[in-house]
Amino acid sequence: MSAVLLDHITKTYDNGKVLAVDDVSLQVAEGELFGLIGPDGAGKTSLFRILTTLLLPDKGQAAVRGYDCAKDYKIIRSKIGYMPGKFSLYQDLTVKENLDFFATLFGSSITENYALIKDIYEQIKPFNDRRAGKLSGGMKQKLALCCALIHKPEVLFLDEPTTGVDVVSRKEFWEMLRQLKQQGITIVVSTPYMDEAMLCERIALIQGGKIMSVDTPAAIMAQFPVKLYAIKADNIYRLLTALRTNPTVESSYAFGEYIHITLHENATIAGLQQQMQREGHTNVAAKPIQPGVEDSFIRLMNQA
Amino acid sequence: MKQFLAFIRKEFFHVFRDKRTLLIMFGLPVVQIVLFGFALTSEVKDITLTIVDHARDVNTRQLIGKIKSSSYFIVSEAPLDDNGIADAFKKGRSRCALIFPANFGSDLQHGGKAQLQIITDGSDPNTAKTVINYISAITTAYQQEVSPAARLPYMIVPETRMLYNEEGNGSLNFIPGVMALVLMIVCTALTSVSVVREKELGTMEILLVSPFQPLMVLIAKAIPYLILSLANFILILVLAVFVLNVGIKGSILLLFLESMLFIITCLSLGLLISNTTNSQQTALLLSMMGMMIPTMIFTGFMFPLENMPLIFRYISNLIPSRWYFLVVKAVMLKGLGFEYVWKETLVLLGMTTAALAVALRNFKTRLS
Amino acid sequence: MEEKVIICKDLTKRFGEFYAVNKISFEVNKGEIFGFLGANGAGKTTAMRILCGLSHPSSGEATVAGFNVYKQQESIKKNIGYMSQKFSLYENLTVLENIEFFGGVYGVPAAEIKKRTTQLLEQLGLTAEAKKFVGALPLGWKQKLAFSVAIFHRPKIVFLDEPTGGVDPVTRRQFWDMIYAAAAAGITIFVTTHYMDEAEYCNRVTIMVDGKVEALDTPANLKTQFSADNMDQVFYQLARRAQRSGD
Repeated sequence: MSAVLLDHITKTYDNGKVLAVDDVSLQVAEGELFGLIGPDGAGKTSLFRILTTLLLPDKGQAAVRGYDCAKDYKIIRSKIGYMPGKFSLYQDLTVKENLDFFATLFGSSITENYALIKDIYEQIKPFNDRRAGKLSGGMKQKLALCCALIHKPEVLFLDEPTTGVDVVSRKEFWEMLRQLKQQGITIVVSTPYMDEAMLCERIALIQGGKIMSVDTPAAIMAQFPVKLYAIKADNIYRLLTALRTNPTVESSYAFGEYIHITLHENATIAGLQQQMQREGHTNVAAKPIQPGVEDSFIRLMNQA
Repeated sequence: MKQFLAFIRKEFFHVFRDKRTLLIMFGLPVVQIVLFGFALTSEVKDITLTIVDHARDVNTRQLIGKIKSSSYFIVSEAPLDDNGIADAFKKGRSRCALIFPANFGSDLQHGGKAQLQIITDGSDPNTAKTVINYISAITTAYQQEVSPAARLPYMIVPETRMLYNEEGNGSLNFIPGVMALVLMIVCTALTSVSVVREKELGTMEILLVSPFQPLMVLIAKAIPYLILSLANFILILVLAVFVLNVGIKGSILLLFLESMLFIITCLSLGLLISNTTNSQQTALLLSMMGMMIPTMIFTGFMFPLENMPLIFRYISNLIPSRWYFLVVKAVMLKGLGFEYVWKETLVLLGMTTAALAVALRNFKTRLS
Repeated sequence: MEEKVIICKDLTKRFGEFYAVNKISFEVNKGEIFGFLGANGAGKTTAMRILCGLSHPSSGEATVAGFNVYKQQESIKKNIGYMSQKFSLYENLTVLENIEFFGGVYGVPAAEIKKRTTQLLEQLGLTAEAKKFVGALPLGWKQKLAFSVAIFHRPKIVFLDEPTGGVDPVTRRQFWDMIYAAAAAGITIFVTTHYMDEAEYCNRVTIMVDGKVEALDTPANLKTQFSADNMDQVFYQLARRAQRSGD
């Protein structure tokens, strides 16, 4: 039995005018840390709401731990933890009051599953009497995670937990998720940050309501069909403009200090490098590289 | 049950930590009572009256004395000059004038028929009419004193008496109206805003996803506001009794129960509004505009319903506060028992059941 | 010598005992893409508000486009553009109405608005959508349009506050193409971002920690200085030292 199952799910809004999710099927195994990777508006939140029984799909079937999301919503609600994308707790309640409230709401208490939240909660415990509205972004996020975990859910749904949070807090957050996974909780998490995909066991790349690919990050990167090169020069923008009009270059995208390019058949990177130098670009350097998730995402997007 | 209590406790935290909510909750009744009770009474008092007495005889002296001794007028006596009156009106020193002709006394004593002239400010017709009534009443009374009934054996003397408010306390009629208005605004607006706030925050999603029954969410949301509204109701009563000197003639228990029923009606309407909106502003606007204006217009305490076109009178039947207003008037001001208000109570009960049923039915266990 | 469009010297903003911005000093050259990074609560937003003429510093000196941040806030506002992920355009106005409105706000003459609008719509490929409501456009287009509107009045400097949050990777790069083009046209870009690869696109990068500028150099030099492979590592090394956190 898979922890999460989506079978040909379609969801539209405004009487079918807006297609949010387009025939999506995927499975998440028990105990897996699964990532839904895609930009805003890709359909991630709709999928989460369907799985957390908050929305009914137009078509298709969804199930969590074998329970149907439409029929058995009451059972599912007692088994899952959910952190919505815009979840911001009760600003006027203190840390402790928030936690107490959500614990009681889910028929539990802070002490009952303390082991599960201990590592996270101890980081915010010094601020027990502070109102949630006065916490920093990183601390709010930790408190929200505690609230979602307090009843020891079997499956945890986290909708963009790291959006708007700085790099340091993001790294800490992923570390917490890794530890939760070790305790056997299935985690489904969404993110618009491609670099976070590497931290998931399996990922689904989603764009425009469609799943472009589902696999381990390594497999997705390995499926990149052509050779990928990174090239740079002193004036990166001039180089990028030149590459775009160059007939041997199939695609070119800026990636940090480099430009990632793929070439048409019969072209060689050495040839391109020489040509660029001839055209007056200085310090042109190129090397073959392993594609990343973002390279794959862009390629799949362009194929669609 | 534990969940339920935790929920209610949380709701009270929200209320007591938000100064704005507290202000609306307990500031509004005070302001309304003071406004309607003191400033907006329909009673006419302390009218500036200019008297021009061309006769200066015993009769005019006596009549002027009577007018002065009534509490309605502040009398100033002008020099014997009609232009002075026009001037006093223009400058706002006077709102009405009374002119006795030179032979007032002798006409009255010999001809049995004397004339006097009352000039009023027609730009405020209500006050003008009231003033004329007051002066006519005083002169009629005086006329009876001086001319013994024997001369006019068949004279009919109409004696008017205002029932239930004999001293003419103007704030009396407003109290039930203000009670209806305040309870309506506070219950509807605060309930709807508190539900919608959870939607805006994103916490509603968590509440729905929790094993806590969705219907219980609504009920748990409503209970704190029911309690607060009852406190509010008591505050209004206390203000009415001790500040405006309006006594409660009927059973307090009956009044309390009827008010509770009305509060539940309002809470249901608040929940109904919160079902249909997703932003606090819209919710507030809907409860303010959608509830306050019809309440003010159709309850009958500001504008008499009898004078309205038929269609408006039909519409007024749909406004809960209209029925509550009748109940409060009957129980509080007239001291009547349940046997006189059971019809109104039944109407309110029906409205509550309908609103609550629709609100609960429309409350989604999912997001859309 | 290169023209300096932003000069900050010991700029400080204090809220009671709390130094949101603590003696920061830097200069930004004309046409430069200047990255402004920092963890949440590092003081980025406060500093940016001062430079945009929205808030007075507590002490220190700063000029933006040649105008003093204490006395000439109104002149600063006329000479800068601003765009953030949160506020960009009016969703219930059409593309055309938005452009006309913002052009009008900044005092661009009507004839000029017309000319530039045609040009802008063509460049963005939005000519067919000109009469559509902005709310109906996909996020990526909205952001690109918002940027075009922010530089519509040809400001000397444009401030971009996390302009690419949540945007798909292709659109994000198209957005940066626009930034490059604007910089090449002489507009100075002052940009904050959470995407560390975007920090690499900047000519120079500032990293703020606890209200102070802890690093300021080209991405290449910063990587050498912190012996890091990429800007992500540089940032992490610095931001981890932060004592305070907040929004």
